[in-house]
This record gives sequence, structure tokens and C-alpha cells, in this order.
Amino acid sequence: MHYTFTIEQGNFTDAGQASSSVKRTLKQLGVDPANIKRTVVALFEAEINAVAHAYGGTIDVDIDDGKIVMVVADQGPGIPNIDLAMQEGWSTASAKVREMGYGAGMGLPNIKKNTDDLKIDTKIGVGTTLTMTVNLV
Amino acid sequence: MTVKEIIEKLDLKCLNEANLDAEIKGAYSSDLLSDVMGNARSGQMWITMQTHKNVTAIAALKDIPAVIIVRGNQPDEDMLAHAKEEDICILVSNEPTFIVCGKLYELIK
Ligand SMILES: Nc1ncnc2c1ncn2[C@@H]1O[C@H](COP(=O)(O)OP(=O)(O)OP(=O)(O)O)[C@@H](O)[C@H]1O
Ligand SMILES: [Mg+2]
Repeated sequence: MHYTFTIEQGNFTDAGQASSSVKRTLKQLGVDPANIKRTVVALFEAEINAVAHAYGGTIDVDIDDGKIVMVVADQGPGIPNIDLAMQEGWSTASAKVREMGYGAGMGLPNIKKNTDDLKIDTKIGVGTTLTMTVNLV
Repeated sequence: MTVKEIIEKLDLKCLNEANLDAEIKGAYSSDLLSDVMGNARSGQMWITMQTHKNVTAIAALKDIPAVIIVRGNQPDEDMLAHAKEEDICILVSNEPTFIVCGKLYELIK
């Protein structure tokens, strides 16, 4: 099964809709709660990052018997130093984003912890693509 | 202890009645949303001063039945509307986080 969503730049109000819709689908499919939890934590964090740090993008989710693969691709500034970005506590979030309670530098570490595989492709000035896999078996 | 009993004991204002009979065994207090995303557990109450719609988005994703907003802050209109859609109980305390957490801890520890 394949699902596609779009992420709008700076639109925090609707952020989380894709994660919420994926959660409903996984529930209907009878995926076990622990895997649903991992999936939605990772997807929400990636979605928020595309809103907060980039200029929006797309989400593609593929679900089969064995795994869930989520690809979040943004048109954004890219990540100059992935090792640094993966460190808990590192953040370049703007004042506005911090005021909302983001910017703890915990999003990418949360994604890493909650997925079985995380691939980050990033190009400065072009964008960032996160490929996140949750194994179901 | 149920959400309903906690509302009475902590003198909370209830802005969206939902999950009143949910049994609360723990809570998480943080204003950092990714901290809640990473560390709160389903079924826990969430104590925060954040009042925007991402709070209910996270509560829904994490199966958090009730949110306590501290220091008399009011939820944004779209947060409250979203709480109604998602059946999340929204509570307001006039007291600050430390006091709310202390009292709740005494009740459910
Ligand atoms: N899609 C992206 N485009 C550009 N930069 C990004 C992107 N995602 C993450 N980053 C960079 O990596 C940093 C760390 O991201 P991470 O999600 O861990 O923390 P945060 O978003 O700053 O805060 P939190 O997620 O705790 O609210 C960001 O501050 C930003 O500098
Ligand atoms: Mg983040």
C-alpha cells in the first residue's frame, strides 16, 4: 500500500496530519501497537523538521507485510553536518520555533531510536531526504 | 485514579470532557515537544504550558488521554477544536507546573 502527503512550509497548524492518518491506517491493518508507536514518533518528527527547518516537501509511505518505509523529502537548506545534527541537544531552530517548544535537538535522535533503519540524503541548498524503515517482523 | 477524580482533587477546570473514566497511573511534564514525543508513555497525563495545536496532535499520536495546562493559560481555539475531534481531555490549573506535579504525584504515586 502506498500513501502520499504534502508538507507545507511553516504550516505547524496542520503538522501531524500525515502521522495521524498513517496511525489510523496501521490500526485498521492490525499492526501491533508498539510498531505503530515507533512509526508515528519517527514520522511526526520528520514532518515537523520539514516544516520547521525546510520549505515543506512530500511524504511517501509504503506498507507491506514485513515493513513500513517512510520517505520524507524536503526542499530546504540541507544539513551541513549530519553527525552534529544527530547529536541530542544540537539545534539551529529559530526563536519562533523554540517558542512553540521545538528546538530541543531531540527529533533526529528520536527517529534513530524508533526506526530499524534511517538513511539521510542531504544536499546543501537543495534539500534533505529521510528514508525511515520500521520492520514489522 | 481516574481523570475525573484528579479534576476534583486538583481543582482543575475542564475545557473538553473526554476520557473522564480513564485510569491514570503516571504523568509526564515537559514543554519540549520532542521530549514528550520521545519519552512520554501512552496512558499518561501530560502537564505543560504549551497551548497550541501540536500539543493535541502529539497527545493523539501518543495516546495521552488528558493534558493539564498550567498557570491558567488557555488553549488556542484550534487546539481545543482538535481536542474535541480527537477526544482528548483538556484541563487548566491556575497553579504553576511544580505545584501541579507535586500534587498529582502525591495522588497517583
Ligand atoms: N529537514 C531538515 N532540513 C534542514 N535541517 C534540518 C532538517 N532536519 C533537521 N535539521 C537540522 O538538524 C538539527 C537537529 O534536528 P532535530 O530534529 O534533532 O532537533 P530540532 O528540530 O532542532 O529540535 P526538536 O526536534 O527537539 O524540536 C536541526 O536543528 C537542524 O539544524
Ligand atoms: Mg526536530
